[in-house]
Amino acid sequence: MSFAQPTHFAFDESSEAEIAKILAKYPEAKKASGVIPLLYVVQRQMGRGTGSAWVPKVAMDVIAERLGMAPIRVYEVATFYFMFNMKPIGRHHLQLCGTTPCMLRGSDDVMRACHDAAHVHVGQTSEDGLFTLTEVECLGACVNAPVLQVDDDYFEDLDYDRTVALIEALKRGEKPTPGSSIGRQTSAPEGGPLTLIDVGGE
Amino acid sequence: MAKVTVDGIEVEVPNGATVLQACEAAGKEIPRFCYHERLSVAGNCRMCLVEVEKAPKPVASCAYPVADGMVVKTDSPVVRNARRGVMEFLLINHPLDCPICDQGGECDLQDQAMGYGMDHSRYREAKRSVKDKNIGPLIKTIMTRCIQCTRCVRFSAEVAGTSELGGTNRGENLEIGTYVEQALTSELSGNLIDICPVGALTSRPYAFVARPWELRKTEGIDVLDATGTNIRIDTRGPEVLRILPRINEDVNEEWMADRGRFSFDGLKRKRLDRPWLRVDGKLRPASWGEAFAAIAAKLKGLPGSRIGAIAGDLVEAESLFALKTLMAKLGSANLDCRVDGAAIDVSRPDFYRFNTTIAGIEEADALLIVGSNPRHESPVINARIRKRWAQGRFPVGLIGPVGLDLTYGHQHLGDGPAALGTLIEGTHWFSQTFRAAKKPMVLLGRGALARPDGAAVLAAAWQVAASADALRPDWHGFNLLHLFGGQVGALALGFLPGEGGQDIGGMLGGGVDALWLLGADGVDPAMIQPGTFVIYQGHHGDRAASRADVILPGAAYTEKDGTWVNTEGRVQRGHLAIHPPGEAREDWRIIRAASEALGATLPFDTLAQLRDAMPLAEGFERGFCTDATGPSGDVGGLSSTAFSLPLANYHQADVISRASEVMAQCAATYAAPLAVAAE
Repeated sequence: MSFAQPTHFAFDESSEAEIAKILAKYPEAKKASGVIPLLYVVQRQMGRGTGSAWVPKVAMDVIAERLGMAPIRVYEVATFYFMFNMKPIGRHHLQLCGTTPCMLRGSDDVMRACHDAAHVHVGQTSEDGLFTLTEVECLGACVNAPVLQVDDDYFEDLDYDRTVALIEALKRGEKPTPGSSIGRQTSAPEGGPLTLIDVGGE
Repeated sequence: MAKVTVDGIEVEVPNGATVLQACEAAGKEIPRFCYHERLSVAGNCRMCLVEVEKAPKPVASCAYPVADGMVVKTDSPVVRNARRGVMEFLLINHPLDCPICDQGGECDLQDQAMGYGMDHSRYREAKRSVKDKNIGPLIKTIMTRCIQCTRCVRFSAEVAGTSELGGTNRGENLEIGTYVEQALTSELSGNLIDICPVGALTSRPYAFVARPWELRKTEGIDVLDATGTNIRIDTRGPEVLRILPRINEDVNEEWMADRGRFSFDGLKRKRLDRPWLRVDGKLRPASWGEAFAAIAAKLKGLPGSRIGAIAGDLVEAESLFALKTLMAKLGSANLDCRVDGAAIDVSRPDFYRFNTTIAGIEEADALLIVGSNPRHESPVINARIRKRWAQGRFPVGLIGPVGLDLTYGHQHLGDGPAALGTLIEGTHWFSQTFRAAKKPMVLLGRGALARPDGAAVLAAAWQVAASADALRPDWHGFNLLHLFGGQVGALALGFLPGEGGQDIGGMLGGGVDALWLLGADGVDPAMIQPGTFVIYQGHHGDRAASRADVILPGAAYTEKDGTWVNTEGRVQRGHLAIHPPGEAREDWRIIRAASEALGATLPFDTLAQLRDAMPLAEGFERGFCTDATGPSGDVGGLSSTAFSLPLANYHQADVISRASEVMAQCAATYAAPLAVAAE
């Protein structure tokens, strides 16, 4: 581990409010069930506070104490799921789907756009600290392939130019609208309605 | 009961038993890696696959419950193929480095690959490798060999109660370890080596030392705590190379504490290997003849009342009996074995025994611990308490230091004897819980008696047991937990002041002119009066030996046939594994030879004759309480001083472990992080 682990972690006020909601779902004796939601709480708080959404070791110890578990049980869960970043990442986590449908629909172009615009390669963080690029397995949005997940949002129907535009917007600190980048409604057919019933009212 | 047919053999097993248990009942061997009788079922190695009629595919027998009328095949072509397939997968990432692996020759994977695997490998691709972990000075890890059976993870979480091992990452990248580098804090960590079915966790002190077939195996008894753990001493030539536990369901199941397992390198260091004699204030090497002559010269002119003997904590019954007999012949009643000064009442055996018995802990339904940290004083008994606690409905109260991590939940009731007083009165908040229990037990630490109000503490603890109705003809809930393997034997043989005899305080304080210390290394030499003639008989040149006028080199517990009595009162025999070093001899022979020089020849020439004369029969019978009259101490004498624990340092508690380099490393490793581990 070539990065520094913080020596201290404490939940902030908004995290505490989230935790209260989460733990209310479980009986006291089974509160260890809240370990995955709490790891998300940590990761989001780190994102808010430091600009890098990851889970430091000391935060896992805090979770273990809060949930009455042995720390190793938290480490096991956190390292099992790759939604939890065990080392610092960039401001935005670009998760690009490269599975068959996305690949057929042009995920290679999106990958190229990430290289060109964000200056980042798979598994790396850009030098400006803004982007970390990860290639992931199917994100379950094949109808709108290719898909790029930026932090918690899906950006769909991307091509090279629109991906570059998206990344440039992120660089400017804007909040681009998630969803289809060609303006279609959810997963409705490209170019408008295509069934007879919806075609015309004569 | 369910009727199951295994390979044509019909067996009846209880409902809820697993197919694997049914197969074992039918005498069929089922290969396995992850399954272990004393751990929870994981079912992840798949080696135990068997064919069950009407099941669509082979089932993992360790996790599959039996049903009435089930027909199981353990040796069909389907099963053989399945096992071969599983073994092939297990060996994909296992390095075939058996020639340099310490597990070689006693490896489950090696044996089962021979028995159930294929005769050749079809695997040509790269194997994964895993970084080794540093988990302390006792256990060496070669994690590439790990097959992820998770026995170690389950052992540390379930039996040891220190959840520090786990599996991190997943799939191809799954690794067993502590994630954050740390030494395991368990006192039972050596057992990980035994339960690991491959060479991933091996003994660090034993690394590259020997192969199992080179070793001579001798059955013995561990004396470094009072559990009476049954052990196997593995030797080659004149050296003890390792110590392993033997299975004894009534005592240690199959576990063993680390101090007993890893202290044996202390048997080679600081040894007394020849007699020494003090001449003109300086010790010089001497012959046995000179040593006995010096003793005879001093003792012959003395009246019996000016001669005394003190026995140490690790001494076996035979030499205690021999020395006691010799002292009687010399006319001395000055005997004592309580080097720690514990106020033990020997008027009845159940005043100083662990009467509930170790196996009996599993029947108990409430526990009160007084002035003891069983985790350090007997890790194996502590594991038994934890086993009972894990079954639920087992309130545990502790009177002693705050913040002990016993590995199970407990309530702190107070730090001194005052809590005992309120428990007797029934006004303590724990009283109701304790008295409501049907089989409550009191566990009194020997350390709680080694203080000025010890007799009162003993009487009070007895009364607490009596007040909870724990002293009945069908249940004995009073327990004294001793610290070392020789302590109960000495009490049972009455190695105590006779009529008109002096106790240890009197003898050290100038009450005798000649003092025979039999392995009594706990005696502070500064306490012995300057003019006293001191004979030290023992195996290590520890504190007391430096004060001696004559040193008689004796044998350690691995070097003699001996009888030891554990804290329950169980009389067990250990056997000579190696001969004592140099001119050292078995202790009873030394005493026998000295008796001749003193003109008071003992009436036995062989060990068999000695044992015939000794009032201590091998074996054990559990006793119950037919007389609830308590020990003689006066409860009114309780002081307000808080209990302190007798073992400041678990790893260096006796003369052998203090001489051990491995234990010194452990002490250095664990001395600092203990405060952190307690959180």
